Amino acid sequence: MKKRKLICIVCPRGCEIDVTMSDHGEITGIEGNSCKRGETYARAECTHPVRILTTTVRCEDGRLLPVRSSCGIPKERLFDCMEELRSVTAAAGAMIGDTVVRNILGTGADIVVSGNAGA
Amino acid sequence: MRRFECRLVIVGGGPAGMSAAVAAYEAGERDILILEREHTLGGILTQCIHNGFGLHRFGEELTGPEYAYRYEKSVKELGIKYYTDCTVTGISSDRTVSAVSAEEGMFKIQAGAVIVATGCRERPRGALNIPGTRPSGVYTAGTAQKFVNIKGYMPGKEIVILGSGDIGLIMARRMTLEGATVRAVLEIMPYSSGLARNIEQCLNDYGIPLYLSHTVSEIHGKERIEGVSVVRVDENRRPVPGGEMYIPCDTLLLSCGLIPENELASGGLAMCDVTTGGCIVDQDRESSAEGIFFCGNVLHVHDLVDYVSEEAAIAGRAAAAFARGDKRGDVNISVHFDKNIRYCVPQKITSLKDTDIYFRVKDVHRGATVCVNVGGRVVSEQKKIRLAPGEMETVHITERMLAENTGDITVSVIPSGV
Repeated sequence: MKKRKLICIVCPRGCEIDVTMSDHGEITGIEGNSCKRGETYARAECTHPVRILTTTVRCEDGRLLPVRSSCGIPKERLFDCMEELRSVTAAAGAMIGDTVVRNILGTGADIVVSGNAGA
Repeated sequence: MRRFECRLVIVGGGPAGMSAAVAAYEAGERDILILEREHTLGGILTQCIHNGFGLHRFGEELTGPEYAYRYEKSVKELGIKYYTDCTVTGISSDRTVSAVSAEEGMFKIQAGAVIVATGCRERPRGALNIPGTRPSGVYTAGTAQKFVNIKGYMPGKEIVILGSGDIGLIMARRMTLEGATVRAVLEIMPYSSGLARNIEQCLNDYGIPLYLSHTVSEIHGKERIEGVSVVRVDENRRPVPGGEMYIPCDTLLLSCGLIPENELASGGLAMCDVTTGGCIVDQDRESSAEGIFFCGNVLHVHDLVDYVSEEAAIAGRAAAAFARGDKRGDVNISVHFDKNIRYCVPQKITSLKDTDIYFRVKDVHRGATVCVNVGGRVVSEQKKIRLAPGEMETVHITERMLAENTGDITVSVIPSGV
């Protein structure tokens, strides 16, 4: 039996979650979370951890546009996605909610505009 | 110089100002004007491109710009007027607001009520007394955030971060994703003031070391910063021998606390609280200057923007009522607190109604009871598993508690096992 201690990152509360796993890596117990989201997080964290990616992309007019991933991206692919986004240019008129890259590097996450272009 | 009248003037178009405006509108006020210093509405949220905002307020996790956009959309849809590129230079006790904008130069507004929602700023190097040379490459974390997220400049490649506040942690991750190496995050206290989840997802995810009870003892470099000397400190924050190290870097980011940007009031307009750095207010967030309200980070620094919006809505509704000439409360109850608490907001109650009192503790407590008494009688007791200075706490005071007991309110924290 293995035990893992996690800090939940789903909300600002930051619950300390204890996960117990069998020797084959099967999750047998999750404790310490105060909501269902925490359990989902702990399960993902012990099987295949993902993170929301937030960064910026260049607009055609040279300004920066804030973007986010529509869902979690596998942790080990974050730097690849950053690299991919360096070569992406968004239309000058891109609006909040517009998709800039669909299914980035096959991760299943879209890269979506999250705000207005900066100065 | 143009002079005009407006029933409600709001200084600042960030999350607090916009939330106050929307709440005032919903309370029936139509003559509202927001004055914003920057070129766009949104305040600091426009540069906080990371996610983690809005879980309380909207039940979903938004980025800073997305959170701001929700309010900006409401402001525009409701037709609330706003001026951008407009700086307020003064407010007088008769509620005359003096402002200046590139478009119309100086102008004055006679306001029915004023809400000040000017936010806060970061503690700079000059306020920290760090010895050493004065090279370039020393920035506050928020300045670096503006460079990276808005302007698209990287401040450097080899980074040391002093202070483990949330902005510093967020910037550690941001700079790493953009290709920089964050050598260390140093925290003078034995605990971080940032959220546990930010330690996890911004430092641990990227293997960035956090040194608690450590600080910078000297900055090195002539033109550009070349490195920092680091010392370990004891519980009194004094250096202890044996813990010295030198960390080479080309950039030092400071994330050492936020200070309310309260200059409009601190010049004598309203009474201030020396601990919060903001004004002394009642349950409606009205200051000692009649009809002048304060909310958001200019009043006290909040952990979450969700709480800023919540507090600003209180001020918005109350300012609308004031501008309308509603009947005012006539009680005068002070809010006191014990030695374990650093501050409480509001500091006084002038009207008998349900009120949340926000407070912060001085130290970390594992297990404690938060006790409220009114006029010497205990009206509520709440057990807490953990209390920390970085986490704002709330106690709920009901109208009934105040009506059934006469006297001041005292909030105390009794650690378990005492």
